[in-house]
Amino acid sequence: MILDGKIPSGPLHEKWDKRLSEMKLVNPANKRKHRIIVIGTGLAGASAAASLGELGYTVDVFCFQDSPRRAHSISAQGGINAAKNYPNDGDSIERLFYDTIKGGDFRSREANVYRLAQLSANIIDQCVAQGVPFARDYAGYLTTRSFGGAQVSRTFYARGQTGQQLLLGAYGALSRQIRAGTVTLHPRTEMLDLVVIDGHAKGITVRDLVTGRIGSHAADAVCLCSGGYTNVFFLTTNSIMSGVTATYRAYKKGAYFANPCFTQIHPTCIPVTGEHQAKLTLMSESLRNDGRVWVPKIKGDKRPANDIPESERDYYLERKYPAFGNLAARDVTSRATKEVCDEGRGVGPGGRGVYLDLGGAIGRLGENTIRERYGNLFEMYERITDENAYKQPMRIYPAPHYAMGGLWVDYDLQSNLPGLFVLGEANFSDHGANRLGASALMQGLADGYFIIPYTIANYLANIEPGAVAPDAPEFQKSCEEVEAFTKGLFAVKGKKTAHEFHRELGKLMWNNVGMSRSEASLKEALKRIPEIRDEFWKNVTIPGSGRELNQELEKAGRVADFLEFAELLTRDALQRDESCGAHFRVEHQTADGEAMRDDKNFSYVSAWEYKGVDKEPELHKEPLVFEHAHLAVRSYK
Amino acid sequence: MLLPTSTVGKKIMMAITGQVLAIFIFFHIAGNSTIFFHALNGYVVALYKLPLFVWGGRLVLFLAFVFHIWYGTVLKLENHAAKPEPYAKTRYLQATFAGRNQIWTGVIVAVFLIYHLLQFTFQVTNPAVAADTHPDALGRPDIFMMVAQSFRQIGISGVYVVSLAALGLHLLHGIQSSFQTWGMNNERTLPVIEKTGNVVSVLLFFWYCAIPVAIVLGLLKG
Amino acid sequence: MNLTLYVWRQKNSKDKGRLVRYEAKNVSTDMSFLEMLDVVNEGLIVKGEDPIAFDSDCREGICGMCGQVVNGVPHGPRKKTTLCQLHMRHFKDNDTLYIEPFRAKAFPVIKDLIVDRGAFDKIIQSGGYVSVHTGGVPDGNTLLIPKHDADTAMDAAECIGCGACVAACPNGSAMLFTAAKVSHLAALPQGRVEAARRVCAMTEEMLAQGFGNCSNHYECEAVCPKGIKVKFIAKLNREFIKAQMPGNESCTGRG
Ligand SMILES: Cc1cc2nc3c(=O)[nH]c(=O)nc-3n(C[C@H](O)[C@H](O)[C@H](O)COP(=O)(O)OP(=O)(O)OC[C@H]3O[C@@H](n4cnc5c(N)ncnc54)[C@H](O)[C@@H]3O)c2cc1C
Ligand code: HEM
Ligand code: SF4
Ligand code: FES
Repeated sequence: MILDGKIPSGPLHEKWDKRLSEMKLVNPANKRKHRIIVIGTGLAGASAAASLGELGYTVDVFCFQDSPRRAHSISAQGGINAAKNYPNDGDSIERLFYDTIKGGDFRSREANVYRLAQLSANIIDQCVAQGVPFARDYAGYLTTRSFGGAQVSRTFYARGQTGQQLLLGAYGALSRQIRAGTVTLHPRTEMLDLVVIDGHAKGITVRDLVTGRIGSHAADAVCLCSGGYTNVFFLTTNSIMSGVTATYRAYKKGAYFANPCFTQIHPTCIPVTGEHQAKLTLMSESLRNDGRVWVPKIKGDKRPANDIPESERDYYLERKYPAFGNLAARDVTSRATKEVCDEGRGVGPGGRGVYLDLGGAIGRLGENTIRERYGNLFEMYERITDENAYKQPMRIYPAPHYAMGGLWVDYDLQSNLPGLFVLGEANFSDHGANRLGASALMQGLADGYFIIPYTIANYLANIEPGAVAPDAPEFQKSCEEVEAFTKGLFAVKGKKTAHEFHRELGKLMWNNVGMSRSEASLKEALKRIPEIRDEFWKNVTIPGSGRELNQELEKAGRVADFLEFAELLTRDALQRDESCGAHFRVEHQTADGEAMRDDKNFSYVSAWEYKGVDKEPELHKEPLVFEHAHLAVRSYK
Repeated sequence: MLLPTSTVGKKIMMAITGQVLAIFIFFHIAGNSTIFFHALNGYVVALYKLPLFVWGGRLVLFLAFVFHIWYGTVLKLENHAAKPEPYAKTRYLQATFAGRNQIWTGVIVAVFLIYHLLQFTFQVTNPAVAADTHPDALGRPDIFMMVAQSFRQIGISGVYVVSLAALGLHLLHGIQSSFQTWGMNNERTLPVIEKTGNVVSVLLFFWYCAIPVAIVLGLLKG
Repeated sequence: MNLTLYVWRQKNSKDKGRLVRYEAKNVSTDMSFLEMLDVVNEGLIVKGEDPIAFDSDCREGICGMCGQVVNGVPHGPRKKTTLCQLHMRHFKDNDTLYIEPFRAKAFPVIKDLIVDRGAFDKIIQSGGYVSVHTGGVPDGNTLLIPKHDADTAMDAAECIGCGACVAACPNGSAMLFTAAKVSHLAALPQGRVEAARRVCAMTEEMLAQGFGNCSNHYECEAVCPKGIKVKFIAKLNREFIKAQMPGNESCTGRG
């Protein structure tokens, strides 16, 4: 089937305005009667729930943490982009649009990206009004920095805790609505099923993580803001509870999963230290503004970094990408790093690491300036590695970081299931095959503050509020299915923990479906994943019962979904027989190892329809049409 | 007005009353130090020539005490209720012995105060040396004799030194705490106020002890 | 290295709870404290025992989800470090560790080392925000904010809401947490408009949630993983006193 993204016609810069003027509104007196479920309290969920509550809808918001403020968005460090052009360095909506499209290697939807760039400036204003303490200069104006491969300075930041501050702003807005009674908060509650009635999303089934009670909630529309699925790789920069469960179970109920193979590997993470490790820690990309990345020129050079003379260092990013140097896009940088380590020139234990050296900058600007800019990152690095990065270069290595793929949505952020809206990292729409730094925060907030309030109204205006009673048989059935799934997990009574399976799956995915992929590695993964899954269902062990707080049960449920989802991701990677952005198929590269796109055959969004656990899903395509952007070979040289 | 019931309001009541009492503590010892110049009896007579001042002061002090004790007790009970279960292992990093025992040093001071009033104001504990019934050569109540005779008994001096230690501890925490409660702190002033408070508390303790100690050691004779 | 752990085990909020002894063997110094517990748990699960329940999510010191009391100190012995960022190299071979949940009346234990910190959300809900609507706001640069004020606001805004301050406070007071939010918003012009109402509502809510009063022990500052300073409590007190001044009739109680 050819999917329709419902993109408004007309010139690119008028599309959103056009859509806005076409959309129906909900009568203010009726808003209260419409019940909306929001899953997730990250930037996307919190901003959506707060804005919808403020408009007068009756909102229920869910998260599995104990407080909405702890959603994974809190960990974003670097910043948020906006085309404000405050520094007068030539930024514009058009440029932010083009950078994002190009960064995504021309695999995202033009109209969405343009709208994102248009809305970016409003986000900063909104956040300032909420009291987000963005960095300011001595004259009291907002300051920016250049970030993640951009040649203009358009990234707004709050020290190294931008995500935290933005989320606290949205959490404040949400808290205000909770107090006002428009939003009801359900913390420590996990969504385990989407309830679809007559093709429309009409509610969810959840497990109360404290009491273990399974129950349903009916609504007129459901907003999924559940974040990304990167933890399918096990060792990632994501929070450890982040899962694919919410989106995957919606997929199992008929929502299409788009571009699952587009996953981003972040180049600057602290290298792995051992088997015990539960997650990896990101060192903000902003360090690349002042840091230089290098490895020794000779293989297996065991000298301490400071003993290696300048002439024997290979600043490989500067060498390979003279124009962008240390600021080359994430996927490009990650692959170049993997390459030098594969050559045996990596540093640190296991040879999986390269130096990120701020020595030069410290010499030039002084330790104090560097401390002011990155002090908290240096501290974090020291806590983890016990090394002082003021004295010796940091060691970094790429790690899985972000999911560009997600549930398929149209221009209105509505999935193929009417009434199911998908926001933030959980959808697929804006970042194509690779996300530029500081653009995920922007997308989450654009979706939640400035898009969903209008588009959801357009849907709700056409349906009758409360049309489905909470005691409809579909809810009953959904609860029974979830109960049965839980029982099934307990029934295995095997010998291995869910954690072990997750680690095993993660290793396989990292090695075979990670930074570079080949037909052979993907086919092997497609063979291995079902094997691991079978073993899981024969040999996993979960202590306790489902009628209490049971973290092992939660984990096992998430791992079970990853074990199915991994197959989908791999299948998508196999199907996409080209290299683009973060999706690097070794079969398709230029002579000097750069990704080779195949616009003729693969300029589409792949959207998968579920057909059963061991059945092949069906592929639907949404062709990508570029009316405005000129398809170019992405070059950072 | 939330002042008297709110969490900060109650603390402000503590700080006002505590500071009033602390100021009294200072003037009290300053006045009493006339004893070192053999002028105690004269000082007392002079003081009583100002009945408005004496009775006004007494009223303020009485109210300060009542409110201080009332709010101190309320705070303590609320704080106790807010932390019902202790840790199996407790370690304090910054809270001082003085601070944690504020209520108990306060209780010691209160009990002592009653004794002190009965002894020197109402003069009922040792009628044999009561100043009001034993005038000095000039016909004034012989306060000096009463004090000296009392303190010559090691036991009584001991009670005073212990109670004054309690008062010292109370102020050790109390002085800096009251400034924080008033909001008169920032990163720079906090350490200064803490140190000044400590020095003042310790000085007051020694100053107060000087009288009984001097008498016990026989340095102050009539 | 090897460690002896005494861990608080409590099945649910009704259970009485007790300390149970565990041995942690071959602990690597590169592990974080939580990874050490992960490994202990893996051992328990394989033996069919209930693993030790504890909260964590980001594991990089920012979400504020983790937190336990280790040998009497919330977040353990290292200054300005959350438990998830505390590495085992800061312990010695054969150490004995007492691991207990954050304790306060306002933080009831849910299970083992997990407590309910919902009371913090309630404090924020009572007024810990600027009451701005989505949309219709002026350009971010129309409000000039002196760098010093923006920095002060950020110093306070770094609070991660972990609750260690409450756990450490002998009075179970939430003053540092509340003060951080009050000070963050009071330092900015956007927040000043509601400053009086906010400080009153939040302090009242704090009391209503069962937190104690501040006795200025500063134990909170000593354990705060983000280094939030008690000068912000003084700031809260100042804001409170200002709010009592005539003309602030908005200061009437719980938001
Ligand atoms: C270390 C790190 C640094 C980053 N730095 C930056 C940066 O500098 N700039 C930038 O733009 N982006 C950055 N990103 C990316 C960005 O943070 C995320 O993409 C973004 O915050 C995602 O927001 P979200 O609202 O979509 O989802 P999340 O913040 O992930 O929120 C997901 C929410 O869904 C809830 N949820 C999920 N599943 C369920 C379920 N089954 N039931 C109930 N609730 C559920 C969770 O409780 C949570 O509240 C960074 C990411 C990481 C990992
Ligand atoms: C001359 C006698 C006293 C003086 C000078 C004095 C002084 C002070 C001062 C300055 C404070 C600090 C206030 C603050 O924290 O803001 C204080 C606190 C306190 N006082 Fe007193 N006090 C005296 C007697 C008492 C008595 C008799 C009690 C008896 C119950 C008492 C109980 C307390 C308590 C419990 C506190 C701590 C309150 C808290 O922080 O929770 N005090 N005192
Ligand atoms: S003030 Fe510090 S200790 Fe208290 S909640 Fe905030 S970060 Fe945690
Ligand atoms: S787990 Fe997030 S702060 Fe420790």
